[in-house]
Amino acid sequence: MEDKLILSPSPHLRAKTNTTRIMLDVLIALAPAAVASMLLYGFHALVVLADTVLAAVAAEWISRKVMKRENTVGDLSAVVTGVLLAFNLPPSIHPLTAAFGAVVAIVVVKQMFGGIGCNFVNPALAARIVLLTSFPKAMTSWTAPIKLGSAKIDAVSCATPLALHASGEDTPLMKLFLGTTGGCLGETCALALIIGGIYLVFRRVISPVIPLVYLSTAAAVSLLLGEDPLFQLLSGGLMLGAIFMATDYTTSPMNTSGKVIYAVGCGVLTMVIRVFGNLPEGVSFSILLMNILTPLIERATVPKPFGEGRHSREKA
Amino acid sequence: MNSGSASFPKRPHPTRGGASVPHRKNTADCRSEIMRCPETVVLPMKQHIGAPCVPCVKAGNAVAIGDVVGKSGAYVSAPIHASVSGTVTKIIPVKLADGSVCDAVVIQSDGQMRVSKSVRPPRVTNKAELVAAVRESGLVGLGGAGFPTSVKLDVPEGCTVDTLLVNCAECEPYITSDHRAAVEDTEDILRGLETVMRCESIPRAIMAIERNKPDAIRALDDAIRKSSEPESRRVGMLKLKAKYPQGDEKVLIKACTGRTLPPGRLPCDVGCLVMNISSAAFLGSFLRTGIPLVKKRVTVDGSAVSSPKNLIVPIGASVRDVIACCGGYCEPCGKLMYGGPMMGVALPNDTFPIIKQNNAILAFGREDSVLPRTTACIRCGRCAAHCPMHLMPAAVEAAVRTKDIASLKKHGVTVCFECGSCAYSCPAHRQLVQVMRLGKAMVRESQSAE
Repeated sequence: MEDKLILSPSPHLRAKTNTTRIMLDVLIALAPAAVASMLLYGFHALVVLADTVLAAVAAEWISRKVMKRENTVGDLSAVVTGVLLAFNLPPSIHPLTAAFGAVVAIVVVKQMFGGIGCNFVNPALAARIVLLTSFPKAMTSWTAPIKLGSAKIDAVSCATPLALHASGEDTPLMKLFLGTTGGCLGETCALALIIGGIYLVFRRVISPVIPLVYLSTAAAVSLLLGEDPLFQLLSGGLMLGAIFMATDYTTSPMNTSGKVIYAVGCGVLTMVIRVFGNLPEGVSFSILLMNILTPLIERATVPKPFGEGRHSREKA
Repeated sequence: MNSGSASFPKRPHPTRGGASVPHRKNTADCRSEIMRCPETVVLPMKQHIGAPCVPCVKAGNAVAIGDVVGKSGAYVSAPIHASVSGTVTKIIPVKLADGSVCDAVVIQSDGQMRVSKSVRPPRVTNKAELVAAVRESGLVGLGGAGFPTSVKLDVPEGCTVDTLLVNCAECEPYITSDHRAAVEDTEDILRGLETVMRCESIPRAIMAIERNKPDAIRALDDAIRKSSEPESRRVGMLKLKAKYPQGDEKVLIKACTGRTLPPGRLPCDVGCLVMNISSAAFLGSFLRTGIPLVKKRVTVDGSAVSSPKNLIVPIGASVRDVIACCGGYCEPCGKLMYGGPMMGVALPNDTFPIIKQNNAILAFGREDSVLPRTTACIRCGRCAAHCPMHLMPAAVEAAVRTKDIASLKKHGVTVCFECGSCAYSCPAHRQLVQVMRLGKAMVRESQSAE
């Protein structure tokens, strides 16, 4: 039996999980919002979703091939990036523009820095910002959601609740909660996003720290600045950002104390941009900025090893 | 020494981290069997932490069970005794599971298992006699570390121990040898720990046991209640959540007393003495019979073992003989290990002997031995969340890659005791324990270079 036994370092037992399973859970959590987007914006939503997912997967496959590296399409992370990017685009976006965004996300932001786990900012968010600065008009023309029962398929343009708010017009909270407003594909239906978030926490894919701290900070700052906190939480990309974008493993701190600092930063920046900035929306930029600060936060929050620092306290 | 009622924690203090590993205690209900006498035993001279022993017998010498075959003058060491009666055939160098080489005494058994005439119960009335007797018994920490118990019991002047912790957590999957000891050797356990409490003047003892062993908890509870010794009034039970690595010394001290043992310090520095339950059971039987540590209860399990069971094995019997006593292999073996699947050491073949601190032999079939493919770290933070020592294995891995000693020290790599919770929970299946070992070696090397 010599030379036939496997020698490997301990542990010899591993939890039955892997990266693919985690990404699959994220996709499952994104499904309610995807369904909502199709109900709200119809065929357009499906086209944009399929378009970005296909482009992201193709970009991942080709770039790994070109770099002569192991193929990583199977881990489903490119699919997640594709869906998240689609969720951050207006329903009326041209398929080629959307595909360009997916290529930027995968090739420039993710693969050029080493692939999964190595990107320093969230690929979907960075791509959204590239598109926003390259195609400002296309990225800010919004379509009104389909009225249930109406046969009209033509896209009617409308403004987002945050833009309306800036001009003094308020949207009912119930509309915001259900997502029957203008906006990016996946960001409008808060209900669907919250269901997805609960699934992720329940499956222990994400810790609830970042979403909860992000949302409560944003609410607290809105109160401080005289804004309606509920309106602020339910409008724009805040739910999508807090639940799905800010919780990206690679670009957020690992430890709870780091997560708190990061999420507070996201919340404050979002509200500052929304209220004082020139832009109606601040979620993407604030998360991106905090992504860049993540390595610094991480360095500042290295936990004290067991028994170091605080000395043994007698209790029993 | 206060003889009044001692106070006991009602519930464990909270501890952080750890992993919910599967229990797989398949042999929990198997009454231990005594292994038939093997033809030969191989007794390595290093079965403990500290100085290796030097053989004190020669080829051709006749020996009986309990005769000393290896000893050392060093303080941190434990003598080694013949585990079968017969003839010493040779003294050869053998390779140990960690790759190091040491001398070993090989004894050809005469099949009679005669006990040496020199064996007689020790007289133990005070601490000095206890320490001397335990030294003679060859006892080392049977939980796995193998630290000589005589050294542990020789608590330095100025250190006040107020709690004896009896470790029956047994958090490793598969292993049930401590569980069986608790059920089968209950009286010896109580005798052992009562003697330690009396000689060391320890006011209370806590038996810490995971909740997943209800029959062991019942047996110990009954025995404490029935015992007529005054010490038994000061023995309490503490049921712990079944969570890996509950049985680690630092985690156990924290859970039972709320005290935090700083790195590099000994349990007596926080007023604790930690003893494995099998060590306590052995001590009790040694006080009764005088037979030194020559046999060990070992759980034999794993998918490649025909009939998994608990076996009382003469120390030095080969893994092959042990598995043959369990019906042999039922499928081609893919991985063989000393100890449990979380911290056990994989063996290159089955000729290795059972040593003192072995508590299990696991043999897995081919299918269960295949390693999951390692993929890129996604920085999910599970390794840090599950670390009982609050470390960040993912950050240590980055520091090891760049040989960044300062970062390794900052991340406290030397505090790691290699429980494997990080690697167990890693979705990318990275070899994080090996990374931690590398990191520790780098820090050690840099310190010795200074």
